[in-house]
Amino acid sequence: MRMTSLARALTLAVFCASGGAVLAEPPGDPKAVKKDDTGKYFDAKGNPTFNIGPDGAIDWFTYSGFRRYHAECHVCHGPNGDGGSFAPALKESLKRFDYAEFYGIVVGGKQSSGAGIENVMPAFGENKNVMCYVDDIYAYLRARGNGFPAGRPTSKREDKTPAATEKEDACLAGKG
Amino acid sequence: MRKLTLMSCVAAAALLANGAAFANDELIKLSKDPKQWALPTGDYANRRYSELDQINSDNVRNLVPVWSFSTGVLRGHEGGPLVIGDVMYFNTPFPNIVYALDLNHEGRILWKHEPKQDPSVIPVMCCDTVTRGVAYGDGKIFQLQADNTLVALDAKTGAVVWSAKNGDPSKGETGTAAPQVVKDKVLVGISGGEFGVRGSITAYDIKTGKRVWRGYSMGPDSDTLMDPEKTTHLGKPVGPNSGITTWQGDQWKIGGGTTWGWYSFDPELNLIYYGSGNPSTWNPKQRPGDNRWSMTIWARDADTGVAKWVYQMTPHDEWDYDGINEMVLVNQEARKVLVHFDRNGFAYTLDRVTGELLVAEKYDPVVNWATKVDMDKSSPTYGRPLVDKKYSTEANGEDVNSQGICPAALGSKDQQPVTYSPLTGLFYVPANHVCMDYEPFRVSYTAGQPYVGATLSMYPPKGDSHMGLVTAWDAKNGKIVWSNKEMFSVWSGAVATAGNVVFYGTLEGYLKAIDATTGQELYKYKTPSGIIGNVTVYEHKGKEYVAVLSGIGGWAGIGLAAGLTNPTEGLGAVGGYSALSNYTALGGQLTVFALPGK
Ligand code: HEC
Repeated sequence: MRMTSLARALTLAVFCASGGAVLAEPPGDPKAVKKDDTGKYFDAKGNPTFNIGPDGAIDWFTYSGFRRYHAECHVCHGPNGDGGSFAPALKESLKRFDYAEFYGIVVGGKQSSGAGIENVMPAFGENKNVMCYVDDIYAYLRARGNGFPAGRPTSKREDKTPAATEKEDACLAGKG
Repeated sequence: MRKLTLMSCVAAAALLANGAAFANDELIKLSKDPKQWALPTGDYANRRYSELDQINSDNVRNLVPVWSFSTGVLRGHEGGPLVIGDVMYFNTPFPNIVYALDLNHEGRILWKHEPKQDPSVIPVMCCDTVTRGVAYGDGKIFQLQADNTLVALDAKTGAVVWSAKNGDPSKGETGTAAPQVVKDKVLVGISGGEFGVRGSITAYDIKTGKRVWRGYSMGPDSDTLMDPEKTTHLGKPVGPNSGITTWQGDQWKIGGGTTWGWYSFDPELNLIYYGSGNPSTWNPKQRPGDNRWSMTIWARDADTGVAKWVYQMTPHDEWDYDGINEMVLVNQEARKVLVHFDRNGFAYTLDRVTGELLVAEKYDPVVNWATKVDMDKSSPTYGRPLVDKKYSTEANGEDVNSQGICPAALGSKDQQPVTYSPLTGLFYVPANHVCMDYEPFRVSYTAGQPYVGATLSMYPPKGDSHMGLVTAWDAKNGKIVWSNKEMFSVWSGAVATAGNVVFYGTLEGYLKAIDATTGQELYKYKTPSGIIGNVTVYEHKGKEYVAVLSGIGGWAGIGLAAGLTNPTEGLGAVGGYSALSNYTALGGQLTVFALPGK
């Protein structure tokens, strides 16, 4: 996982450097079409997404994303991905650009200035508390942008799979 | 060995003390002159009381804004202006511009100092790039920059006289607090509790910027400047290396206990007082023990930094109840006391000579995480809060959402300072009225990266529709006298005056004046942006003025939106909430008020 994230980040860096003027691509249909052995859902393009079952149960990763978002991101981006006085509403941002760009910003950060403020989004590439959960956060924010209610999810949810726990432990330990 | 070193320090300092005091006569004099506002805290006692009475409870309704000034910076504007003679000084959030404005010419800029700082410090400042003001002393203006550089500027010209590095921002060590000049030293604290920074307070030589002493919040005695036999906690010696023994392994090295509040000083006792913040990470399971001396009230010798006494309010924090709020020094008959309104919702009165605990009562009735503070001296839990298991995030454990905890992590009050009026004998507390759910989970530490470890959601207490209060408090009896509701948290430092009014700002942007006796609202004026700054009162050419910075931001801007955009959590019928963004927008402006006419 570490190798692939690095590789992905590098690819992105190249993409960004060469494609500054390229218009961001919207993420497309969030509908889940596939689920892997950890219980994570993917859309038709193969990007992480949320899933709400027929009984209303949300997937584990979206729930986990709610938790991680409100630990690592909400102090700047506001609760529920709604934006704050410091940084933009991510539930809206994610309608403008796709997973790859989201991933790149979280790894490498972002800066801009204008209208009397200097904006700096930190780089989280070295931060396991973020990087081990980046797909979870993405799925959660994507859900929020598609009408998933604000606040702590009160609906039923899928259980965390042993495979998810195993992968999480390996990631936090810096392996896999 | 160590004890010997400490002893000789004390002895040496005692010899020097007489000489050193002279450097500060000017400042003591200035701080007693009601025409000026010479200290960020109003006076050394942190009373924020003004003797001026031209503006009073009868005529304050006639108040008008007389001039205003754009700071050129958006973001949250905490702190407030100083007034020294004919000049007003204040600073802005990052990039930390310092302005000297000419009061003889409605705020013409005498000089402006804009430091060059690496913007990479911005995102390690947690929630916003705030600063809480500048300090004055010895003809210099002192600013602790975001990047943790302490700079002394010539008060006349703005030229840099000296600068000192107080910490490393790449490790999350940042600067937000206002320095305080005490005698021949400049005191500064440090921020970064959410980054695993080990808190400290440092004294720099006012002439040269050379470091004189530094006292850490945790670590060996040589770091905490504690004397195992002479430094006391609730009347008992703290014992050797008390800043290590209640931590697991090396965890004290990233232990938090940062010191970003306000500093008070008692010249007669030669002691300084301040509080230390939360232990790092917010997940209590990951740091067993009392985590001394986070969440602690400190009394240190002003010359040597040696701790005289400490009192830990919230051992083994489980809720992020930083202890950094100001210590107000007042006298109750013959007794010298210290009054402190903690984030944890208890208001403490202590004997400031000995550190004896006199009163600890809730200053908002909704506070529920502890039933009370144990005041029984013979009890094994003497001085400790009696935690309600239901709200214990430690007892409930990792990955469990503890619900309905009051207050929220913002505290019943955050750094926004209270004011004390000797006229009424009451404290006026700008307060938050917010509860939370808190779910801790495991996190790993990386230097310079946030080290949080909990998910929070915040909302008003059940059945209430307001999130702020201004409370009048009787510290002798530990009783609420009256309490005014405010729609949003009150995040602005208050000032009480001899005109029997109390001034404060609100998050919607109102500057308000209320009657100090009854709490009745007498005046309000909406400034361009939300107020999280502290009110300053001064006199110039025979006329009394009230000044305040507007500029929404800080944790207030975020925490507030939290409750107001989330219509869940049993608020039920309480509708009509709308986000703070429907009331105000970013801005940075100084507004100065006075009575009309000559
Ligand atoms: C210290 C504050 C801070 C934290 C914490 C933070 N961000 Fe940001 N973020 C910002 C700022 C400021 C911007 C705007 C940057 C700009 O305009 O260049 C931003 C921008 C972004 C963007 C681009 C949005 C857009 O519309 O272009 C994404 C995506 C993002 N952040 C994701 C995250 C995630 C995910 C987290 C939590 C893991 C997070 N951020 C935590 C401050 C922060």
